[in-house]
Amino acid sequence: MSLTEADVKRIAHLARIEIEDKEVAPVLGQLSNILGLVEQMQAVNTDGIAPMAHAQDVSLRLREDRVTESDQHEAFQAVAPQVEAGLYLVPKVME
Amino acid sequence: MQWEVVIGLEVHAQLSTQSKIFSGAATAYGAAPNTQACAVDLALPGVLPVMNKGATERAIKFGLAVGAKINRTSVFARKNYFYPDLPKGYQISQFELPIVEGGSITIQVGDVEKTIRITRAHLEEDAGKSLHEDFHGMTGIDLNRASTPLLEIVSEPDLRGSAEAVAYAKTLHSLVQYLDICDGNMQEGSFRCDANVSVRPLGTDKLGTRCEIKNLNSFRFLERAVEYEVVRQIEIIEAGGKIAQETRLYDSDKDETRSMRSKEEAFDYRYFPDPDLLPMKISEAMIEEIQKTLPELPQAKRGRFMREFGLSSYDANVLTASKAMAAYFEQVVNQAGAANAKSAANWVMGDLAGALKRDNLEIAHSPVSADRLAGLVKRIADNTISSKIAKEVFEAMWQGEGDADAIIEAKGLKQITDTGAIEKIIDGIIAANPDQLAQYRSGKDKLFSFFIGQAMKATQGKANPQQLNDLLKQKLAG
Repeated sequence: MSLTEADVKRIAHLARIEIEDKEVAPVLGQLSNILGLVEQMQAVNTDGIAPMAHAQDVSLRLREDRVTESDQHEAFQAVAPQVEAGLYLVPKVME
Repeated sequence: MQWEVVIGLEVHAQLSTQSKIFSGAATAYGAAPNTQACAVDLALPGVLPVMNKGATERAIKFGLAVGAKINRTSVFARKNYFYPDLPKGYQISQFELPIVEGGSITIQVGDVEKTIRITRAHLEEDAGKSLHEDFHGMTGIDLNRASTPLLEIVSEPDLRGSAEAVAYAKTLHSLVQYLDICDGNMQEGSFRCDANVSVRPLGTDKLGTRCEIKNLNSFRFLERAVEYEVVRQIEIIEAGGKIAQETRLYDSDKDETRSMRSKEEAFDYRYFPDPDLLPMKISEAMIEEIQKTLPELPQAKRGRFMREFGLSSYDANVLTASKAMAAYFEQVVNQAGAANAKSAANWVMGDLAGALKRDNLEIAHSPVSADRLAGLVKRIADNTISSKIAKEVFEAMWQGEGDADAIIEAKGLKQITDTGAIEKIIDGIIAANPDQLAQYRSGKDKLFSFFIGQAMKATQGKANPQQLNDLLKQKLAG
């Protein structure tokens, strides 16, 4: 699988990473190298092996359903750029 | 051309846990903004999600109730997109291995039963809320709802039209409340639907291009949105156009759907397993424990009501539509006796339901308790009052004037069943209306109701109707 410069720009946009035009070519090379490694791994026969969802072979610990957190919004909001009426303010988003 | 409508529903049921799915913050509705959003919900650096057992248990309970496969291993995945009410930049959901797969529920549309297959049900977290009112040109963010546990229940495209879609949504809504896994409060957003709608020429198998209508938070909106969307799609196709696969929003003020996101890439969520959460393993012991807590489900209850109380399928259906109503009805029958079940059913579905609707109340907050309604049903059954007078007693109970016996006593509503007393009244009426008597005897049968009316007036409606009827017939015959 080979990437194009347009793919690189699209992926960067989806990840909200700003890359300048002159960076596109080197990033394309780096990403293609990674995909090359993936291709190499995909060539290995994995018949009968369950896909791995996590590097560690342990399972999830479940917590009891209890409220353990207290209201600390004042502390959290003290470091927020802008706050009003208990709300965090962000640049206007329109649907 | 004849068109077939194909609908699949995605229902988000908020699970009724005390704390959030990945944090120990409270989930209570209506708290002041951001007072229930902890460091994990805010995605502050260094925090990690810890799974809530209560959410897992509720998902399993749902899976068992619909006969689904409970995946012994399921995996949480990140669904990546940027929006200010999603602080992490991704929503933790399940993708390739959801906790619940398959299963079905039976819906009833008119007299027809239909089985709707469930594709899957997966656990995920809710996002926060954006308030677009003017904050000096900025948007306000309340993260209280962030990380509230949701079970997203996805159906197969088995629904054929808005009536079936609504029946399915209602059945599911009732089921999650029976199971006590979701409070079902649609105003508060605890139960919301997305509808995938497409049309195809009748008799063909290939699915048409679908549009997803988001955030339908009432059964009426679901019905209207689907109906609008179907007409829109058919018009486009018949005019030679093509349906674009997209997400649409239903605007209830304008009663129309409109396109929400135009950018194709908005759908590229780049799911991958969340490295912060290990695969979730479900033990056989846990499943067995939950199996034991399964309550009697609506369909089983419906069958039992028909069998034990001799109710019609219609009555049993109405009475089991909600868990609260079924419990109320059973309590009335327990107190009034199974022999009076039909009468109890009529009262619950008739006067009680009517009064609740009139005063916009839920049955749980009925001013007339089940025990008091049973007291009324008993007084009708033992002929203390007629059913007509009972309506007056019911209204008085509704207004908080006491139980049936106290009201009957205080208002002197006891039925007159003394034959001698009724005969005396009839004699008086016959004597006072010789013309009507003569006409009746000469064949004008209709005048019978005139005499009944007069007798009821004379007794203020308290004469036992059956006795009055019989005695009047005898007397008038001469």
